[in-house]
Amino acid sequence: MASLTNRAKVLEQKPMSFMERLYLPAIFKGMAITFAHMFKKKATINYPEEKRPFSPVFRGLHVLNRDEEGRENCTACGLCAVACPAEAITMEAAERKTSEEHLYREEKYAAKYEINMLRCIFCGLCEEACPKDAIYMSETFAPSNFTRKGFIYSKDELLIPNPVNDKEKYDIAKGMREAQLKNK
Amino acid sequence: MITMDLLAIDLAYGLEKLLLIGGIITVSLIVAMYTTYAERKVAAWMQDRRGPNRAGPFGLLQPVADGLKLFFKEEIIPLTSNKTLFVLGPALAMVTAMLTSAVIPWGSSIHIFGRDVSLQIADVNIGILYVFGVVSMGVYGIMIGGWSSNNKFSLIAAVRGASQIISYELAMGLSLIALLMMTGSLSLKTIVQQQMEGGWNIIYQPLGFLIFLICVFAECNRTPFDLPEAENELNFGYHQEYSSMKLGLYLFSEYVNMFISSAVVSTLFFGGYDIPFVDEAALSLSLGANTVALLGFGALFTKILFFLFLFIWVRWTIPRFRYDQLMDLGWKKLIPLALANMLITALVILWLNK
Repeated sequence: MASLTNRAKVLEQKPMSFMERLYLPAIFKGMAITFAHMFKKKATINYPEEKRPFSPVFRGLHVLNRDEEGRENCTACGLCAVACPAEAITMEAAERKTSEEHLYREEKYAAKYEINMLRCIFCGLCEEACPKDAIYMSETFAPSNFTRKGFIYSKDELLIPNPVNDKEKYDIAKGMREAQLKNK
Repeated sequence: MITMDLLAIDLAYGLEKLLLIGGIITVSLIVAMYTTYAERKVAAWMQDRRGPNRAGPFGLLQPVADGLKLFFKEEIIPLTSNKTLFVLGPALAMVTAMLTSAVIPWGSSIHIFGRDVSLQIADVNIGILYVFGVVSMGVYGIMIGGWSSNNKFSLIAAVRGASQIISYELAMGLSLIALLMMTGSLSLKTIVQQQMEGGWNIIYQPLGFLIFLICVFAECNRTPFDLPEAENELNFGYHQEYSSMKLGLYLFSEYVNMFISSAVVSTLFFGGYDIPFVDEAALSLSLGANTVALLGFGALFTKILFFLFLFIWVRWTIPRFRYDQLMDLGWKKLIPLALANMLITALVILWLNK
C-alpha cells in the first residue's frame, strides 16, 4: 500500500547488541546525567520568602478605585455586572446625600458592591467595561478561605485604602504595581 | 579453651563491650535517620528541586519531625491479623538489621585506661557466615509481616520479597567464595588486615565486587529491585497494613540495612578501616595508635557514606525491574557469572601456587 505521506519511519527491531544487553554502560550514563543535575540551577524557589513577580498584565483580585481626594469612583452604573460573563458581580445603587460629597465622586454610588471570587473567572471584562476607572485588577490572587461565604468580597475588601487619611497603605497598594512595572 | 575464655570475661571487658554495642547502635540509628534526610535531599537535587529545608537549619530536623509524626500516629492492628506475628514482624526486621553490625570491624584497637579496646564487638572467626546467616533472617521480617497482616497485596509482596532475597543470596554467596579463596579466612578483621598489607580486594575481584554490589541492592530491597514495596503495583508492599511506629520500624530497618550493607561492602572490598595510600604502622609511630585508629574509623565511615550515596544515587536514576527480569538477572546472569568468577579465581590461585 502506498503511504499517504513519506514521513513514515520503519521501526527497526534489532536484537540488542552485547553492550546494550549488559545494561551497565547505559546505567552509568544515566547516573552521570542525574549527578550532573545535582549542580544545576534549582527550579524551585523558597516560596514564602521569595516570590516570583507577576506579569504586568496579570489579572488578579479586583480593586475598587478612589480618586486623589479619596472619593470612590464607582457610580453603580452596572456596566461591569453586565459585562461579567460569570455573573459574579452584584451591586445596589444609592443616591449621594449632600453631607457625603467627600465620600463619593458622583451623585450616585454603590451602596453594596459584591464580587463572588468563586464565580469570577478573572477575564478582566469588568475592568474594560468600567467608564469611570473604578474597578481594576490587582496583582494578587484570592487567598484561601474556610467558607464559601468568605469568597464573596464586599466593598470593605475591595476598596483601595483612602489616599487622604490612609496614605501609607494607599501608597503600598499603588506602589506594588509601579515597582513591578519598574522591575521589568 | 572455651571455658577458659568465658572465665576470663571480667567486668571491665563486659562494660567495654556494652559501651561499644551502645555506641554502634546509636551511630547506626543516627546514620539511618539522616540517610532518610539525605535520600530526600539528594532526590530533590537530582530533580532540580531543593528538598526539605523547613524544619531546622537546612531542614536538618526533618528526620526528627518524621519520627515524631510516626510516633503520634494511631496504632492499628487489623482484626483478622495474627496479632503476635504482626507485632513480631517489624521487631524482627529491625533486630536482624542491627545484628550484622556485631562482626564488622569499625576500626583497629584503641588504647584507653591501660586496656586495648578493639573497635569490633565480636571478632568471630566465621564473620562472613554470621553476616549471611543474619541477613537471611531478614526475610522473616518481611515474610511474617506480609503473611500476618492477612492481606493479599501484603502477601504477594512478601512472597516476592522473600523469593527475591533468597535468589540473590545465592549469587551473593557465590561471588564471595572467590574472595574467600583469596583471603583464606572468614573473619572480617583478618580480611581487613590482609587488605592493609596487600591492597584492596576490589583490585583483585572487580567482577566479584560488581556481583556482590548488585546482590546487596537486591537484599536491601532498593531500586532497581524494590519490588516488595512497589507502590504502584502492590499499593505499599508487605507493610501495607502497618501504621505508626511499626511501619516506622520497617522503613527504618531498610535504612539501617543500607548502612550495614555499605559497611560490609567497604570492609570486604574497600579495605575497611584502611586509610588509602597511608602506611598505618608508620603513621601510628608519629601520631599515636589512638589517633590512627580514629582516623581509620573516619576512613571506613567515608567509604560507608559513599556507598550510602551510591544507594540513593542509583535509586533516583533507574526504574524498577519487572519481576521476570529480576529473576532472569539473578538466576541466569549473576549466578553463572559468579560461578565463572569463582572458577577463574581458583585457577589463577592454583597457577600462582604451582
